[in-house]
Amino acid sequence: MSSIISVANLSKTYGSGFKALKNVNLDIKRGEIFALLGPNGAGKTTLISIICGIANPSEGKVTVGGENIQTSYRKARSLIGLVPQELHTDAFESVWATVSFSRGLFGKPKNPAYIEKVLKDLSLWEKKDNKILTLSGGMKRRVMIAKALSHEPQILFLDEPTAGVDVELRKGMWEVVRTLQQSGVTIILTTHYIEEAEEMADRIGVINKGEIVLVENKTTLMQKLGKKRLTLHLQGKLSALPESLSQYKLDLCDSGATLVYDYDTKGERTGITSLLGDLRTAGIRFNDLDTTQSSLEDIFVDLVRTS
Amino acid sequence: MNYRAIRAIYLFEMARTWRTLLQSIVSPVVSTSLYFVVFGAAIGSRISEVEGVSYGTFIVPGLVMLSVLTQSIANASFGIYFPKFVGTIYEILSAPISYFEIVLGYVGAAATKSIILGLIILATAGLFVPLHILHPIWMLTFLVLTAVTFSLFGFIIGIWADGFEKLQMIPMLVVTPLTFLGGSFYSVNMLPPAWHTVALLNPVVYLISGFRWSFYEIADVSVSVSIGMTLAFLVMCLAIIWWIFRTGYRLKN
Repeated sequence: MSSIISVANLSKTYGSGFKALKNVNLDIKRGEIFALLGPNGAGKTTLISIICGIANPSEGKVTVGGENIQTSYRKARSLIGLVPQELHTDAFESVWATVSFSRGLFGKPKNPAYIEKVLKDLSLWEKKDNKILTLSGGMKRRVMIAKALSHEPQILFLDEPTAGVDVELRKGMWEVVRTLQQSGVTIILTTHYIEEAEEMADRIGVINKGEIVLVENKTTLMQKLGKKRLTLHLQGKLSALPESLSQYKLDLCDSGATLVYDYDTKGERTGITSLLGDLRTAGIRFNDLDTTQSSLEDIFVDLVRTS
Repeated sequence: MNYRAIRAIYLFEMARTWRTLLQSIVSPVVSTSLYFVVFGAAIGSRISEVEGVSYGTFIVPGLVMLSVLTQSIANASFGIYFPKFVGTIYEILSAPISYFEIVLGYVGAAATKSIILGLIILATAGLFVPLHILHPIWMLTFLVLTAVTFSLFGFIIGIWADGFEKLQMIPMLVVTPLTFLGGSFYSVNMLPPAWHTVALLNPVVYLISGFRWSFYEIADVSVSVSIGMTLAFLVMCLAIIWWIFRTGYRLKN
């Protein structure tokens, strides 16, 4: 799959001397949903701002659809729709006026039928004549998405699209994003909700302290870094582990009532079969067992801590 | 050239004027009418003619200029400051438009409003005093040049300001005094020689003098000097705006 955005050796130092981005290299593939994860202040918004033309880079090069964002900014920017993190809206404008304004700003001829479709897709059609200040937070967020889509962009940036949005609306937003992807739009989203990245993304990038720590396919990432945990609920409590089980890294928890065994899913041998055999030999019986896989959140926390 | 974007910004800004009709048009017209009542009728009736023109008539060009100057600055500075304040500037900066086009949209709308306002005030003045304009083309030229120049100046203030206080500071502390001392209500030739020299350092003197000349052929300084000074200020504002966009000052950093 070809790259639609290419970021090379990008750095940004603010006037205060703060280095927000340090030599960032990143390629976004055409048609994918890319989730950019990172703690607060990691550089997510700065990176998006530079690609979209809101902030100037200090060093490096960015191309969008093969067009340099600085020398060929008109072509590059016309491919992008941006939904920023904060709800910046013209409170006194109507929904219809503000979305039409955005289309004009991007140099597109009027197309009421298209604007109607966007508003209907985002369940905003009934509110088209309402002033934005009368809308709820979730609706304002959708107005901002409608503005970003008003000029038929090929790329959509969603900076924390579901921050402060309730669960039901968040799921509705995910649906919108999926539909957009199906229509061929490349989507880059930043999020604090790891489950969102887990649910939506094709690929995941982790940024920390201005550096890209990792970029990986979501499923590969989960397999590569994912650990599994086997928990055995014992019939009787153990005061200590028998010597015969010392070769396994076992933890005795709940005052000896449960036995916990962590293993790596990427390893060829997990050691489970022999563990269960040795437990039987040692006469340790259990009532129940369960396994859990570490979530993206665990992986993320690990990565950020070690980077 | 992204004409549709210029149009979008221009119409958006003009729509704001109609929404805030009371502040944008009615309030300056009311305050100018009060000037006519106080200076033109009440005090003016006790003042003899100034350079062959009745006092009430004499102050018309100055009053129009006073409003055009202050409104151009207010309109343009607010026009660009407000999106910065509420954050909607992100959309302007991320759109495929050049700096020139952004300025054209905002400054064009601010100047249009001031020109309309100037003409409305002129018509209002006609209700109080008899008006005669000897050089209507020059009058319009001065009006447009001043509106554009001071809208550019307002645009700079709007970008520079990082709070409502600063937005008001320059117009209140610098522009209003300069306008009042710039000969809106008197001819600088009426000043003692020492103050006359000081007054010539005030750029507003040249604007009002040139504008008044287009009405009555009365001028404190020659018309060519007036035009030269206005153009010099225009070029200076353009240079500052060019620098602002080139460096991203208070916009992209």
